[in-house]
Amino acid sequence: MSIKGMIHSIETFGTVDGPGIRYIIFMQGCPLRCQYCHNRDTWNIKNGREVSVDELINDIKKYIPFMKSSNGGVTISGGEPTLQIEFITALLKELKKLNLHTCIDTSGFVDISLLEETLKYVDLVLLDLKHIDNEKHLQLTGVSNKKILDFAKHLSQQQIKVWIRHVVVPTLTDNPTDVEKLALFINSLKNVARVELLPYHSMGKIKWQKLYQLYPLEGIPNATDGNLQQVSKILEKHYIKINEDVVA
Amino acid sequence: MNPQQTFITGNWNKEIDVRNFIQLNYTPYLGDATFLTGATNNTTELWQKVSLLMDKERNNNGTLDIDTNIISTIISHEPGYINKEMEKIFGLQTDAPLKRSILPYGGIRMVEKSCKAYGYELNPQISEIFNKYRKTHNDGVFDVYTPEMNAARKAGIITGLPDAYGRGRIIGDYRRVALYGVDRLIKDKKHQLISLEIEQMTEEVIRLREEIVEQIKALQELNEMAASYGFNISVPATNTIEAIQWLYFGYLAAVKEQNGAAMSLGRVSTFLDIYIEKDLKEGKITEEAAQELIDHFVMKLRMVRFLRTPEYNELFSGDPTWVTECIGGMGLDGRPLVTKTSFRILNTLYNLGAAPEPNLTVLWSTKLPENFKAYCSKVSIDTSSIQYENDDLMRQYWGDDYGIACCVSAMKIGKQIQFFGARCNLAKALLYAINGGRDEMSGIQVGPKFEPITGDVLDYDEVMKKFNTFINWLAKLYVNTLNVIHYMHDKYAYEKIQMALHDRDVLRTMACGIAGLSVCTDALSAIKHAKVKVIRNKEGLAVDYLIEGDYPKYGNNIDMVDEIASNLVKDFMDAIKKNNTYRNALPTQSVLTITSNVVYGKKTGSTPDGRKSGEPFAPGANPMHGRDEKGALASLSSVAKLPYQHSLDGISYTFSIVPKALGKTTLDRIKILSSILDGYFAQGGHHININVFEKETLLDAMKHPEKYPQLTVRVSGYAVNFIKLTKEQQIDIINRTFHGEV
Repeated sequence: MSIKGMIHSIETFGTVDGPGIRYIIFMQGCPLRCQYCHNRDTWNIKNGREVSVDELINDIKKYIPFMKSSNGGVTISGGEPTLQIEFITALLKELKKLNLHTCIDTSGFVDISLLEETLKYVDLVLLDLKHIDNEKHLQLTGVSNKKILDFAKHLSQQQIKVWIRHVVVPTLTDNPTDVEKLALFINSLKNVARVELLPYHSMGKIKWQKLYQLYPLEGIPNATDGNLQQVSKILEKHYIKINEDVVA
Repeated sequence: MNPQQTFITGNWNKEIDVRNFIQLNYTPYLGDATFLTGATNNTTELWQKVSLLMDKERNNNGTLDIDTNIISTIISHEPGYINKEMEKIFGLQTDAPLKRSILPYGGIRMVEKSCKAYGYELNPQISEIFNKYRKTHNDGVFDVYTPEMNAARKAGIITGLPDAYGRGRIIGDYRRVALYGVDRLIKDKKHQLISLEIEQMTEEVIRLREEIVEQIKALQELNEMAASYGFNISVPATNTIEAIQWLYFGYLAAVKEQNGAAMSLGRVSTFLDIYIEKDLKEGKITEEAAQELIDHFVMKLRMVRFLRTPEYNELFSGDPTWVTECIGGMGLDGRPLVTKTSFRILNTLYNLGAAPEPNLTVLWSTKLPENFKAYCSKVSIDTSSIQYENDDLMRQYWGDDYGIACCVSAMKIGKQIQFFGARCNLAKALLYAINGGRDEMSGIQVGPKFEPITGDVLDYDEVMKKFNTFINWLAKLYVNTLNVIHYMHDKYAYEKIQMALHDRDVLRTMACGIAGLSVCTDALSAIKHAKVKVIRNKEGLAVDYLIEGDYPKYGNNIDMVDEIASNLVKDFMDAIKKNNTYRNALPTQSVLTITSNVVYGKKTGSTPDGRKSGEPFAPGANPMHGRDEKGALASLSSVAKLPYQHSLDGISYTFSIVPKALGKTTLDRIKILSSILDGYFAQGGHHININVFEKETLLDAMKHPEKYPQLTVRVSGYAVNFIKLTKEQQIDIINRTFHGEV
């Protein structure tokens, strides 16, 4: 009997969440409460659709030629995939049997001990560093960043490749002092294959409204190219290239 | 010296065999695009002159000028020039650029109407001749149409028929003019005539002998036309400039003689490359000069014009001529047919800017050189001007010297033609099956009267039983109608120059077609997997449907519904095959709507899939917009399942994507687009239009969502389907993605 999990949706043609063409599974459920969340509808795990590992694997198999020819693979995103650790571990194991490149897109808010087995089957982790300052992280996401930073260090020790991602929210996550600190932290890691800056946008607002929720970032403007450049300049000062592959 | 002595000789020296010449003499190119050169000053200046004329044309209701006094033939008009000193390749359809000619043999009324629509009056003498003394194709067809045919045509269940205009979709082997010179071709035709001095003068033989004599006359006129421009094309071309000029004269003769719905060019670039390679090697030409000649040739192809009514242009969105040119593909011996000129012709999209014509069609094989794949992907991303078709699939049927007529119709060049049959409306057929042969819009009994479905909830087996009976009737009527049309077209508007550039005995296909495949598929899926209630009007006619529950939709790579689509294709093909065709044509069909999916939708009432009366269909074989929920690959995988062996005239799919959704860097995008094409074609997909759009296109997508079923937008970490967004969100994306402040 194949393990079942709750998913939000499937995208057969992902091109930015990992290298090449990616089959993306958006898992349902998330422990964070990020104020800028653009997938508000993935928070509650009960609202998902139940699928089995076999079902997913059978569907994924259909797209292997696309993944192979583009050096792509499968990305498990969310929501927060590590909430359903048993399910994704079983899934990742099967994917590795098919020799597919695997990637998890996570906030890193996890107990490392629980993830040990899982990480054996992961080629790349997309890790969101939402805020380097613990206080501000707490305010922005509802949780402390301690677990997340520990997780990042753990991945570095284990030599598992990561792409670090940082969402630039004007006035909230682009303070130069904070960005400096972020740069220092990134440079302390040995496994960073790419650093990406993602511009904040209010597109997710409609999903909050659909759930009759107040949008916390009302009045905060979308990030502009100027905002992004400001942040990337600081990172570049620390020899961190943005959106470019580096040898990890 | 006979220049042909420097080519490797073979069967092509003994008989007309262009493929043999190509195979023995071409040079495959595996390198990249760095050798290409930009437009010369001369090209840029000349193209500016043409662009100015095209602007004038647009501002003048889309028609610059009409010659209302001279019936167009191969030799009807004095030579015309853009600028005699600057242009390298000569020849226009009339004595002035973009001036349209009249071709009344397809139908005089179409010509009169077109002239009137643009503020001209046809020379009354010509009107008199064609109304009183000379019958046209259009007259012949309507003399013979049965009341049933007329009714089906009027209701739009069979639609877009070439019964009032030229059928087109015949590709002359224009390369023969360059390789052999016209006199050799005339000699060959005379031999063919002798071969038909046989015992039994059957109707078939009589007709063919008359046609060949017409072909010979056309070839003589071709010589004469070229001479009026100062060229002797009775002998073979000896160098690059002559090869292009000779070949173009052949094509020009065709578009002077026929106003066909699609006047495609064939597969000429690799052929021309042989001459260019030779001249380059002998130091007679530079890369700049070679590119300039190709640019000027393509410029001429972009200037082909036909006089058509505004209604025709509405149906086909604009003023298309389908000057389709096939590029690339693999040879039967495993060598790629990619040459430097495959690159050069794509390079015209940079040197002259993007354009719909000529209709550049890449014959894709997963085995194509990687450099060429990458260049095609780059050009697609930059220009959205290329379509791709599956060479690995078609080569099995048509060899390695076929071309594409119009959009998706493969044919062996010089050896095969088609009888273009437009298409019938499968979605409407389903509604007729439910309504006992009555039209859901007018209530008129169009089909044979039979018991309509009277239940409140549609039963799948009952619907299918009636539908299958009904499509047999429809297919019969359809083929009979096409038989009438093509009999008359051969009789009154025979394509003599195009057929002169064919072998004596050609394979003819009867190219039927279907529209509304995704609507019909989803409707049947809804009936099978959900509950579909019928809403009837006072007269008991089913006019609307209510769906309770969900059902699997075509376009999500779900076998249980995709099979319905595949079966529809096969079943309709089987129904077509049961009928006798004119000149024993091989029956085929296409899943293609061109751009008329909107017009067909307008003429079709509400359907059981939830589509409302008058709403557009999805184009070609596309899933209905907004119903493919699992992303691009799921959608194109559904389409790739449609069986080409039951739809040999082609299966068309339109794919639209924004550059950002293809990846972050240019290199990523090129690689990913090539991967999509490899994956799609490896799965058996037949055709794909690739659109990579920017802001302007998104604005258009807001107005016409049906044209952009899969426009995908990444919004940092998550993808959205553009047309599923609210208007506000769409505006938001347009502002944000394109107007980023610096």
